[in-house]
Amino acid sequence: MTISHAPPRGRSRPLSTVLWDRTRLVLSYAILFGLALAFFYPFTLAVTTSFKPLPEIAANPVKLLPDQWTLEGYRRMVGLNVDRWLFNSAFVAVCITLGNVILASLAGYALSRVPFPGREALFLAILGTMMIPGIVLLIPRFILFKLLGMIDTYQGLIVPGLVTSFGIFLMKQFFESIPVELEEAAFMDGASRFQIYWNVVLPLTRPAVIALTIFSFQGSWNDFMGPLIVISTNQDLYTLPLGLAFLRGGIGQNLQWNAILAGSMLTTLPMALIFLFFQRYFIEGISYAGLKG
Amino acid sequence: MATTGIRGQARQDAIAGWLFVAPALAILGIFLVVPILFAAYYSFTDWNGISPPTEARLIGLRNYYDLLLSGGIKQQDFFKALKNTTYFALGVVPLQTGAALVLAVIVNQRGLRFKDFFRTAYYFPSITSSIAISLIFLFLYQKSGLVNYVLEVITFGRWEPIAWLADARGLFHILLEPLGITLRTGPEFLRAKVAGLTLWDWISGPSVALTAIMLQNSWTTTGTMMVIFLAALQDIPSFVYEAAQIDGANNWQIFWKITLPLLRPTLFFVITLGLIGTYQVFDQIYVMTSGGPAKTTLTMAYIVYRNGFRNSEMGLGLATAVLLFAIIFLLTMLQRRITEAREG
Repeated sequence: MTISHAPPRGRSRPLSTVLWDRTRLVLSYAILFGLALAFFYPFTLAVTTSFKPLPEIAANPVKLLPDQWTLEGYRRMVGLNVDRWLFNSAFVAVCITLGNVILASLAGYALSRVPFPGREALFLAILGTMMIPGIVLLIPRFILFKLLGMIDTYQGLIVPGLVTSFGIFLMKQFFESIPVELEEAAFMDGASRFQIYWNVVLPLTRPAVIALTIFSFQGSWNDFMGPLIVISTNQDLYTLPLGLAFLRGGIGQNLQWNAILAGSMLTTLPMALIFLFFQRYFIEGISYAGLKG
Repeated sequence: MATTGIRGQARQDAIAGWLFVAPALAILGIFLVVPILFAAYYSFTDWNGISPPTEARLIGLRNYYDLLLSGGIKQQDFFKALKNTTYFALGVVPLQTGAALVLAVIVNQRGLRFKDFFRTAYYFPSITSSIAISLIFLFLYQKSGLVNYVLEVITFGRWEPIAWLADARGLFHILLEPLGITLRTGPEFLRAKVAGLTLWDWISGPSVALTAIMLQNSWTTTGTMMVIFLAALQDIPSFVYEAAQIDGANNWQIFWKITLPLLRPTLFFVITLGLIGTYQVFDQIYVMTSGGPAKTTLTMAYIVYRNGFRNSEMGLGLATAVLLFAIIFLLTMLQRRITEAREG
């Protein structure tokens, strides 16, 4: 924004305004950097604490750097099968992401471009399901999984998440922003609906596809309530959040902090890396969803 | 396939359209719509979660009666959870919305550098697993942990460390105590019972433990809200501000008279997201407190789970869920009413 470059009606700005602008900028930086520290420091302390031996943590849980670095916490996590949990989390998240991108874009395309009977009503119904709070589904999904024999299975972890109403909504909105002329040309050449979707439209929606990929992956990777009701006895099927909650145990239990924080870091790290590489898309995606919603 | 004019195309489109939506529709139907029907039906049964669902017996309105009117422990817990969740939402939604808005306005200032860095830093907690964050804060909220330490430092040692997550005292009770008002010394009407809880209980405010989780929750979500506000702010064309400045408006006036009204749809969106989220707070409670101490962190979402899975009363849990659904629905509608009335 270039407000200040054109002082109103050619008057030079009074000194007090200039001073106030300076002060305001300094104050702003103080607040912003202070908060950035408040957001980063807890993670930093958690990382370094995960490398401390237990007695050191008990003696002083505030000190940043360990006196003695150790992999004890991580070793304990490996002993608990954390590699298996990591694999489960990744496998489930990849399946769910693929499902979302394909199914939501197919449905979104049809809802935005293919005139078929019942389209409007269908779209409204899908919007309506976005209003259903997740917690309401907790027990009824358990009943369903029980009836379908999906308790303690990968199918139970994956299939319900393969598509979301939000994903369909996002894709539909995006398809509508693409000029229809592009498709008409292909249409004249006798391409089928699927060919148009696959060859013409989908490549144009790369930003939306990336945003949806990120939302789906993140949603699945961090999901706790879903796996909590699907997995009842088979610990080999734990995802990372489920494994972490199991590790925490009951209230009042003596906690092995280095292992718990090591587990938390192993859960955080993959998402953090994806975030650092694709930040722009995270921000664009959430902004886009915000502006459209 | 040979196309025969407009009519053939319409038929082809009808087939293609339904084929394209069919897979998504099947999944949404089975895992979203069917469960809602189950929820409605099973909330009238005594299913325990262990026997086959088909053996559940219909018991009429029993579960709803137990939750709303019975006068027993189930009713008490329901209203405790409703009270706690409401305090939670009343604290978190204004805090995270206000903080996010202020931050977005600060970051959006002209001439400010490191914008991308701040945006990244604030958004980071939003991408992290709620379980991992809860465990990190469980560590920070210990009596000898970082939170007490920082408070001690900034008050020059005057802060007495507390065990945050084990402290059941209500914030308003703590504030009333120096005024000489406690359950024993306060006026008689405070001991009157409303919906299973004493009036004194209703006005407790969030407990220290719940407050700790509220602060943690705001810490996690403020970044997302800020990014949404920032996008909306950047959508406001700069000539709007320029015009206001030529007319002699100061920054304060510009914010209240121009920025805020233009942000109203975004504000509505952020508050709705906040309400829906806070009324369902679950993960943090599950990992950090399991509803304790003294049931002061019992939330609506948590008793849905506890009634259903821990206490093996799925019917009761479902009735709780249905009531929670109704509450969230009413709140969203009410909020829409208020926003529209202001605009009208």
